[in-house]
Amino acid sequence: MRRLTWFNATSLTLGFAFLYIPMLVVIIYSFNESRLVTVWGGFSTKWYGELLQNEAFLDAAWVTFKVGFASSIFATILGTMGAYVLVRGGRFYGRTLFSGMMYAPLVMPEVITGLSLLLLFISIGLDRGMFTIILAHATFSMCYVSVVVSSRLVSFDRSVEEAALDLGCTPFEAFRLVTLPIIAPAVISGWLLALTLSLDDLVIASFVAGPSATTLPIKVFSSIRLGVSPEINALSTIMIAIVTIGTITASITTKRAVLRRKHEQQMAEQTT
Amino acid sequence: MNLRRFTLISVPYFWLLCLFLVPFLIVLKISLSDVALSIPPYTPTLELSEGWAGVRDFLSQLDFENFRFLATDDLYWKSYLSSVQIALISTTICLLIGFPIAYGMANAPQEWQPTLMLLVILPFWTSFLIRVYSLIGILSQEGMLNQFLMWIGIINEPLTILNTNIAVYIGIVYTYLPFMILPIYATLIKLDGSLLEAAEDLGCSRTEAFWRITIPLSKAGIIAGCFLVFIPALGEFVIPSLLGGSDTLMIGKVLYEEFFANRDWPVAGAVAVILLLILIIPIVLYQRNEQKMMEADK
Repeated sequence: MRRLTWFNATSLTLGFAFLYIPMLVVIIYSFNESRLVTVWGGFSTKWYGELLQNEAFLDAAWVTFKVGFASSIFATILGTMGAYVLVRGGRFYGRTLFSGMMYAPLVMPEVITGLSLLLLFISIGLDRGMFTIILAHATFSMCYVSVVVSSRLVSFDRSVEEAALDLGCTPFEAFRLVTLPIIAPAVISGWLLALTLSLDDLVIASFVAGPSATTLPIKVFSSIRLGVSPEINALSTIMIAIVTIGTITASITTKRAVLRRKHEQQMAEQTT
Repeated sequence: MNLRRFTLISVPYFWLLCLFLVPFLIVLKISLSDVALSIPPYTPTLELSEGWAGVRDFLSQLDFENFRFLATDDLYWKSYLSSVQIALISTTICLLIGFPIAYGMANAPQEWQPTLMLLVILPFWTSFLIRVYSLIGILSQEGMLNQFLMWIGIINEPLTILNTNIAVYIGIVYTYLPFMILPIYATLIKLDGSLLEAAEDLGCSRTEAFWRITIPLSKAGIIAGCFLVFIPALGEFVIPSLLGGSDTLMIGKVLYEEFFANRDWPVAGAVAVILLLILIIPIVLYQRNEQKMMEADK
């Protein structure tokens, strides 16, 4: 029984206006000719040009990308292993501690995670730089990957795996040939989540980054402390565009996959 | 136990022990140490080379002095209280705005649902920092909000919103709103419409049916949404430092400044330990609610 009353329509309109107007303003003003951020001085794309010539931003973006790529791969492998252990691992010594540690980073305030990792790196004498950021990011994002993957592992039919084992697969073959293809969508979305979390992170990175490695969020943060600037508007617009394209593509792909599966199921039912 | 299983368990286990548990134990240890003018800037440091005597000597020098200091210094008390207050108020506003949106989404025609869902998820994937940044331009003295309010004639002079606690409330509500909407929407969409029809057939008014059926049945989603906003808001650092003023006290910001500006590592450690102790209650409550929701789904 769905009825879209006036109340519903108003709350949806106002709600989405609230969520989107600030971002739209940033996008519009990134094409502003004037350096003044509140006065419209005509259309221009010159801030994008200036952004592309700003070495500091480009360097930081490159560092961020490398960190995001490396840490999200570590996080995906470790998180998938962790999820598998939690869902299929059975009993082992220290299981409660393990599931606690898998869950805790999700609710841990970023300032505490950052502080504790920094103190660790200092006490073992590890030089702070790109490597320490990768370690830190892999650690907190593996827990997010694990949540995504374990929800898929819980819901899938275990008998296919058992059938593979009965038919002579080794446990590793069964995992590679049966389990992995089934959980692959979850592993991919876990990886995307880990990548986004890493590209986005400011607090933990600013604790564990040394002077040798500055990520884009650190750079952006220090420059917006001084106020709004057209270059940052341009940078934000590029990032919003990437996320929008990515999210829409992802949702269309999953929708198609669901439709295809439905179609295949119907075909299978008709033939039997 | 075979080797493969052992590797599968021990790799993530060992990783988390080294990079989650041990760092936290170090924070705990430093919070019990004293500040010193050395590198690292605290004392005592553990001398394993001296054997047991070194360990005993080390343990005897640890004390709760930093925690006593936190209890006596007004700044910390006030920061904890004001963090809790800011997080509570923002969570309430978030619920008041988020519930009608989730309710509207659940009542929208079937074919709109994926698009509406996408519209909520999109901000969630967009950079947090950029979304906070987008508010700076809107809330500033000559920003859009003031221009709009003056244009419709509610105010004659621009209000100071940026760099006050109000901007912090707006910032938290704006950035965490999707976390409130999504769990509420998830429970509302599963709500069986025939219950509402039955209630109306039995003489309930629409409002009465809403309060007696919709709200109780979406309680788990409301609770989950509230904790998902409250828990991260409590330790928030970016929002108070970009949108708040110099008088905005939030514990995440205090911790950051204590560590980087004052270089008082032991006090920063103690601040972190207490923040975690405060968070344990909402985290446990949230966990329980999640388990209840899982059982209800089965």
